[in-house]
Amino acid sequence: MSYKKASEINEKIGWRDITPGCNIYEGGTSVTVETGDWRTMKPVINWDKCKQCLLCAPVCPDMSIPVTAEGKRGEFDYFFCKGCGICSKACPFGAIEMVKDEK
Amino acid sequence: MSYNLKENLMREERLAGGHRMCAGCGSPIAIRTVLRQLEPGDKAVVTGATSCMEVSTFMYPYTAWKESFIHNAFENAAATCSGVETAYRALKKQGKLDDTYKFIAFGGDGGTYDIGFQSLSGAMERGHDMVYVCYDNEAYMNTGIQRSSSTPRFADTTTTPQGSVIPGKIQNKKDLTKIMVAHGIPYVAQTTFIGNFKDICEKAHKAIYTPGAAFLNVMAPCPRGWRYPSEDMMKVCKAAVETCVWPLFEVVEGKYYLSYEPKNKLPVEEYLKMQGRFAHMFKPGNEWMIEAFQQEVDRRWENLLALCNL
Repeated sequence: MSYKKASEINEKIGWRDITPGCNIYEGGTSVTVETGDWRTMKPVINWDKCKQCLLCAPVCPDMSIPVTAEGKRGEFDYFFCKGCGICSKACPFGAIEMVKDEK
Repeated sequence: MSYNLKENLMREERLAGGHRMCAGCGSPIAIRTVLRQLEPGDKAVVTGATSCMEVSTFMYPYTAWKESFIHNAFENAAATCSGVETAYRALKKQGKLDDTYKFIAFGGDGGTYDIGFQSLSGAMERGHDMVYVCYDNEAYMNTGIQRSSSTPRFADTTTTPQGSVIPGKIQNKKDLTKIMVAHGIPYVAQTTFIGNFKDICEKAHKAIYTPGAAFLNVMAPCPRGWRYPSEDMMKVCKAAVETCVWPLFEVVEGKYYLSYEPKNKLPVEEYLKMQGRFAHMFKPGNEWMIEAFQQEVDRRWENLLALCNL
């Protein structure tokens, strides 16, 4: 028996087609949900000040500060970043500035 | 192996973005940090007690969990987790499963200190090979900041509104970590987010890989309920530790170890003044509240030092 994928389940689906028990058979399907549009303030990194200490990465509640396979801090993932600003205060070098997010 | 922040962050991220927790929430930080301590290759089965975390990470059909996740009720996260763990052991014994699974239950303070307490106590007493992680934000935040048994005395919540009748919550916070120690399980720890996350990472790893039942209590601030600006989370955590409101310690096989002793124990005002839920304590005539809060913190701290033989 084949079950519907999360991407095929939406408000228009009938009850017969919904997965039994509302189970989801894949992991991490929330990645299609853009939470970045909640943001009013936006963190911006100044790469000249960044010392790659990585103290900003573990404090992010939205997995928006990626660390690459080489162990380097990557650019913000603005698709998920809600602009809470924890990273800007966690940075000991003042490399992350919060600016008004113009959309 | 000694802790290395860079190595730790290069591990697989086991919680996905796109969950609907508030901006600046402490609980996803606790969850992703705990899950990151799983050894590469190991899988987890996670059960979640009803909480902000559960309803925001698991909105059908969008799940933020990359591990197997069981959505269940408020009171039975630990019971569900222990049942799955028992089934796993049976299948493993029959040779029907090769993979290594770890069992983790997550609950907020409401689902842990109050409603899920009996199932948690039962699972710990039976000694299942699982970890129960409580992310403690000190009230029922999901339904609108109602007091729980974890809410500290004098905190202003919607069911303990401070004013001329009551000074906020009347009772002291329940000391759940010590109650879990009294279960005689092999590993119990209390932690929060500090500096490079060494404390929480090491404790989570020990909790997951200690055979038998383990309990981890993580203070996870809630900017909405505690009423502080979301960007100040690390400052709030640091103040909680430096004032000894939330001491960091672990109990291995019944023996207490203090993880961090502040050089200069700060007065509780340093912690209280950051948060709107305690703002009324600073009004003229309410000095006795701060005094009483300090006394309770001192009493618990002295007691903890004695238990650690310090």
